[in-house]
Amino acid sequence: MKLAGKPVAWIALVAVLAAAVAVWILWPSPSGARPQEQSITVLDGPRDDQRVTLDATFFPPAGGGRAPAVLLAHGFGGSKQSVREAAVRLAGDGYAVLTWSARGFGRSTGQIALNSPDYEVKDVRQLVDWLARRPEVRLDEAGDPRVGVAGGSYGGAIALMAAAHDDRIDAIVPQITWHDLADALFPEAGGRGPQDGVFKRMWAGLFFSRGGTSPAPVPGAPRAVTEEAPPASAQEVRCGRFLPELCDVYQKIAETGRATPEAVETLRRSSPVSVPGRIRIPTLLIQGTRDSLFTLAQADANARAVAATGAPVSVAWFDGGHDGGDGEIDWLHERTAAWFARYLKGESGQAEAPFTVTRDGGRDPGTRRPVQLHATSPAYPGLYGAATTQIPLEGPAQPVANPPGGSPSSISSVPGFGVPTGAGLSLSTEMPGQSAHFDSAPLTAPLQVTGGSTVRVRVRTEGDSKDGVTLFAKLYDVGVGTQAPVLPDGLVAPVRVAVSSGGTGEATVTLPVIDHRFDAGHRLRVAFTTTDLGYSTPAAPAVYQVELASPALTVPTDAALRTPPNGPSWWTWALPAVAVVVAALLLLAGRRRRRTDHDPDLADVPLRIDGLTKAYRNGELAVDDLSFTVERGQVLGLLGPNGAGKTTTMRMMMGLIHPDAGEIRIFGHRVSPGAAVLSRLGSFVEGPGFLPHLTGRANLELYWRATGRPERDAHFAEALEIAGLGGALDRAVRTYSQGMRQRLAIAQAMLGLPDLLVLDEPANGLDPPQIREMREVLIAYAARGRTVIVSSHLLAEVEQTCGHVVVMHRGRLVTAGPVRELLNGHGPGNGSGSRLEDVFLDLIGEKA
Amino acid sequence: MSEILARADSAVEEVPETPGRGDGRAAGYLPGRTLPLSVEFARQFRRRRTLVMFGLLLALPWVLVAAFELGAGSGQPTGTLRMSDLATEGGLNFAAFALSVSASFLLVVAVALFCGDTVASEASWSSLRYLLAAPVPRDRLLRQKLVVALAYSAAAVVCLPVMALLAGTLAFGWNDVRVPGTGETVAALDVLPRFGIVVGYVLVSQFVVAALAFLLSVGTDSPLGAVGGAVGLVIVSGILQAVDALGSLREFLPTFWSTAWLDALAPQPDYGGMVKGVAVSVTYSVVLVALAFRRFRRRDVVS
Repeated sequence: MKLAGKPVAWIALVAVLAAAVAVWILWPSPSGARPQEQSITVLDGPRDDQRVTLDATFFPPAGGGRAPAVLLAHGFGGSKQSVREAAVRLAGDGYAVLTWSARGFGRSTGQIALNSPDYEVKDVRQLVDWLARRPEVRLDEAGDPRVGVAGGSYGGAIALMAAAHDDRIDAIVPQITWHDLADALFPEAGGRGPQDGVFKRMWAGLFFSRGGTSPAPVPGAPRAVTEEAPPASAQEVRCGRFLPELCDVYQKIAETGRATPEAVETLRRSSPVSVPGRIRIPTLLIQGTRDSLFTLAQADANARAVAATGAPVSVAWFDGGHDGGDGEIDWLHERTAAWFARYLKGESGQAEAPFTVTRDGGRDPGTRRPVQLHATSPAYPGLYGAATTQIPLEGPAQPVANPPGGSPSSISSVPGFGVPTGAGLSLSTEMPGQSAHFDSAPLTAPLQVTGGSTVRVRVRTEGDSKDGVTLFAKLYDVGVGTQAPVLPDGLVAPVRVAVSSGGTGEATVTLPVIDHRFDAGHRLRVAFTTTDLGYSTPAAPAVYQVELASPALTVPTDAALRTPPNGPSWWTWALPAVAVVVAALLLLAGRRRRRTDHDPDLADVPLRIDGLTKAYRNGELAVDDLSFTVERGQVLGLLGPNGAGKTTTMRMMMGLIHPDAGEIRIFGHRVSPGAAVLSRLGSFVEGPGFLPHLTGRANLELYWRATGRPERDAHFAEALEIAGLGGALDRAVRTYSQGMRQRLAIAQAMLGLPDLLVLDEPANGLDPPQIREMREVLIAYAARGRTVIVSSHLLAEVEQTCGHVVVMHRGRLVTAGPVRELLNGHGPGNGSGSRLEDVFLDLIGEKA
Repeated sequence: MSEILARADSAVEEVPETPGRGDGRAAGYLPGRTLPLSVEFARQFRRRRTLVMFGLLLALPWVLVAAFELGAGSGQPTGTLRMSDLATEGGLNFAAFALSVSASFLLVVAVALFCGDTVASEASWSSLRYLLAAPVPRDRLLRQKLVVALAYSAAAVVCLPVMALLAGTLAFGWNDVRVPGTGETVAALDVLPRFGIVVGYVLVSQFVVAALAFLLSVGTDSPLGAVGGAVGLVIVSGILQAVDALGSLREFLPTFWSTAWLDALAPQPDYGGMVKGVAVSVTYSVVLVALAFRRFRRRDVVS
């Protein structure tokens, strides 16, 4: 295997690799200025008299100069550190980024007021003031920086609230956040509002507890890490860092499980629902499909509120949210950066699609990991779809029981733990006797549901019903066979059906908002359950009758929502074309000019070798300036010790090896690889070469057919007779002895009776009678005007067979001429009696 | 002994000492007629490894059928819709399954064998030098060998799914195709032409292996080295494409699109991945084959 090539090639390769590594290491990394830690003191409170120190970090823009600014807010329970990575990326995109720990979080002082206009919103206004004083920040006018706000969850809400209260903010990207905190914590899918909503107690509990985990540091003096935390006071363990009045509201609603009017009032003060028509700037709303806390419906309400002012709005549903999912961090960054590039930097790129939904794109062909595709639609259809389909549902009225104490409860998802994302896995568990369900027929075609389906349900109860009937509506995807039904994204829609004095009630229930593909053959199942782990349910035992008021499900669809076809990239066509050009260059550049190089003077000279030179790869000469001529009718012996260059010379005669210098002419035609004149050369060099799985006869026949010459020119019969293999001719060659192969190979060389026959050690492996026969054959062969060249180290044999010899040693010609002359010239003096062996040893200087 | 030659000579009308053409060729010799395809087919066909490989490819579907029949009673339905779960749905499902389990390795080995062995084994038998001195011009020798090796490779790639279709249809019936994952059904007659495209695509996607094996075959005397080198490339490429960090660079790995044919059996066939796969495969193979020709042209044959 010669693939290693020349050392030069290796050195070049190593040099190129070394250079590449050096460039990699020395390539200037983006020299973003270092982030600056800041303590920014603000005044807030209803009377602007509370002094709070916000712990902030400022990331100067990578490009230098005055750049648009971005305020990056963190989620509930986090701090400015939570968004550091995102801030670095945005700063790298050329924005001046300010992150801060909201009051009551991290090292900032103050108490949590839940994005209240009196507290957190005022803080942000003063952060905007601060940005306006920075030399790195581009100003729209004095005191008005070009600034956007982005953040997730708690940080998303402050983006919306700040945008409503501060006209200087130019664009926002709120993520996974609320429109109405009251509605988010007290959802009611029948449209009755949070006062009659079902308390989302587990999420609410988690939400509030995250505000109480870190004790407040001493104002003005950052707490040393090693310092023992002082024992928490009773107020601290009760309310953490919450504002006491908020704490009281929470404790009240958590105890009763019902929203009081003042609780709704308080929660709404912290919600964009309280500032209708005041968010008038470009808004990109990114909401998670895996979010049982702030559902897609919250983003929908925000989108409608902003769109009502005429400001540009885009909505994106991504694979993430408070329940987990992929998170799509890179994609979120891209979207955020693109939104700000358009509305802060004023770049005119491709406009963001009004509606984007992340869908399952199968698995990456290489890694087999899930791939997200992003379907876009030219219009945002809202929750109820661009179009609707009616899916008939079947099922009788069914009794369902509310267990005493609400336990055991069914499970849809576990807040803070999320839903498993693995295909076919579902955490949802229905408790027996607590659930009524209504199924569709198997779908004949796949159905892509985008939005919240609606169904009208009727309940009947005989017990105490002033509180209404609490049910949890779910839309299952029921597969075929033994597949467990799948609850898309683990979402439920709680409903509290108001019941008349007669004990019956009806409600139109909006099922959870999803983007889900129901495959053909699957069924849709609407289930109503009395309990759910995440919610407060009545403690009193009861039994309800549940039936459909109208036996159909209204399903929203959006046919315009499509994954952009990723047509073949440009390289699909370019690469093969380039490859063909490269291949053509490779072939043409390597072409040796084929010219008929004929010397008519030598037309009758079977072999003329002139100045032939060939070096081994290490530079040592195998054949060194070799010249000799063979005439017609000669039997020439080519003699020389091992390594004299005999075989190399013969290979060059056959066109197998390219000479470094000099030339070989056969009947005046210069030998080159595949030269036509080689058809007049028969050869046997360095042992036989047969296909071991074929018979001797098949080998010879196929060889002759490979020459492409007419079969009658081959003289098979004679050649086979010379081989003398008898019945063995029809056995596979792999069963042959060395001598048999040898004879077959000589026969192959004689096929077609070539004018020049070259045999390398033909007597190897032959017994004395066969050697004698061979001698006769060769002499007879040459007697007819043909020429035979034999190399051998059986000198006695050569002496008897050959009329002429050429003696080589270390690649050079030592002597050439008739055997007789050679013997005479080197005779011991009396002119006869010397043997070729003595002469030979004498010539090559090995004689003792 | 010499009378044999005398007989031979008498049979020759006249030893052609001055041939008609100016290049000194023997009578009846035409470079364009050397090493006819039929000869090369015959030379390769009776080889044990050719026969064993085809035997394996033709027997595999029946082994799989037997495995499914034996396992039918014991395994309980898993409820998932993987390709292996759907293999017993019908002949086409079974053929797709058989193709999916063999395309990534067995067919690679088969193609690497036919293309990697072809020149290297001649070198190892020493028969290469006699062919070249016959003389078969080097480009022509390589061309004929490449055509025959590709024909055998194509036969291998085609015979497995066709036999699987036959075996699956006999064992499980001629039914509509159920698509893995979603469980939708597609009419069998709609899928049949697409199945042809799939087989064609699998063949084209093996071109890289074929071309690399061929290039290695030209450079080495060891048939196993050429076959192993080509298979090794597929393994390395498979490992690299699992590295997410390479991003879209992975699209240019020779094996990245090797499973793209699954898209053609979906209810809405998507040929995008297959088109890219064909582009990548053709690109690599054209360049590799050109390198093989260039290399063989310049090489000193010392085997």
